[in-house]
Amino acid sequence: MIAHAIFFYVFSVIAVVSAIMVTVSKNTVHSVFFLILDFISISCLFIMIGAEFLGMIMLIVYVGAVAVLFLFVVMMLNVAQQKNQWFVSKDSSRHIPIGLLISVVIFFELIIVIGGWKYKPDLFNSAKSSLEIGVSNTHSLGQVLYTDYIHVFQISGMILLIAMIGAIVLTFRQREGVKKQSYLKQISRERTEGVEVLEVASNKGVKIDD
Amino acid sequence: MIDIGLGHYLTLGAVIFSIGIIGIFLNRKNIIVILMSIELILLAVNINLVSFSIYLGDLSGQVFTLFILTVAAAEAAIGLAIIVVYFRNSGTIRVEEIDKLKG
Repeated sequence: MIAHAIFFYVFSVIAVVSAIMVTVSKNTVHSVFFLILDFISISCLFIMIGAEFLGMIMLIVYVGAVAVLFLFVVMMLNVAQQKNQWFVSKDSSRHIPIGLLISVVIFFELIIVIGGWKYKPDLFNSAKSSLEIGVSNTHSLGQVLYTDYIHVFQISGMILLIAMIGAIVLTFRQREGVKKQSYLKQISRERTEGVEVLEVASNKGVKIDD
Repeated sequence: MIDIGLGHYLTLGAVIFSIGIIGIFLNRKNIIVILMSIELILLAVNINLVSFSIYLGDLSGQVFTLFILTVAAAEAAIGLAIIVVYFRNSGTIRVEEIDKLKG
């Protein structure tokens, strides 16, 4: 139990500090790195609490795909030159107190929700447990995911497909002066325009492409 | 303090959620950091769902976390594509200079 507490505090402190660094760090590339650190520590927490499959998926999807996508876009757009300028213009610093206020209010609302929940201890007993003993997390998740949630699963696959198509359509652009293959032109080419039969006079030769 | 319970995980989720909100409001740099703050908010939601799922012994929370991961990945891809197109058209993604809609 003491090891659980130590690991929880270590990982959660790392997660909170790196979340703060994501928002305040001056360089955008550093923000992406801290985001990766945040995801890794949270997935360590997931693995520790017993959701191994989600922890691993989190590592693969977030660190392997999303964070690298962020890094790729940050480096492609060359925004590292556009340094952070906090509180510079008068116009922008107007939003800061109201933003802080709203964030603090949201935080205390969440804390109040947690506190209210703690005074209802019979919630544990009322929930029926669907976790079987001796079955791994991945196994039980797969048993639920492909039977009860199969339609939602397929819809999420559709969402991914639509997102892929949307991203390609958004960033696609036609450049001028690029040689491209035209299948229609290639297929519709016929013998009459491809080949020409010439009568060649003796000792004269033939000029091609005149 | 030593006995880690559900409340600890929920508090961690609340803290990360609030940091994400602060990041959206206070950001003066580029839009990419705002997208990262949205990812932080989704992460906090995932923490809440997973910890409830573990402590209540119900697997639905983890299934929903899986779907949230899917939607978050799609959202990040589309959002970054929009940012790339905007940067190509206007040459800047600073939050203050994006005022085409006069908001």
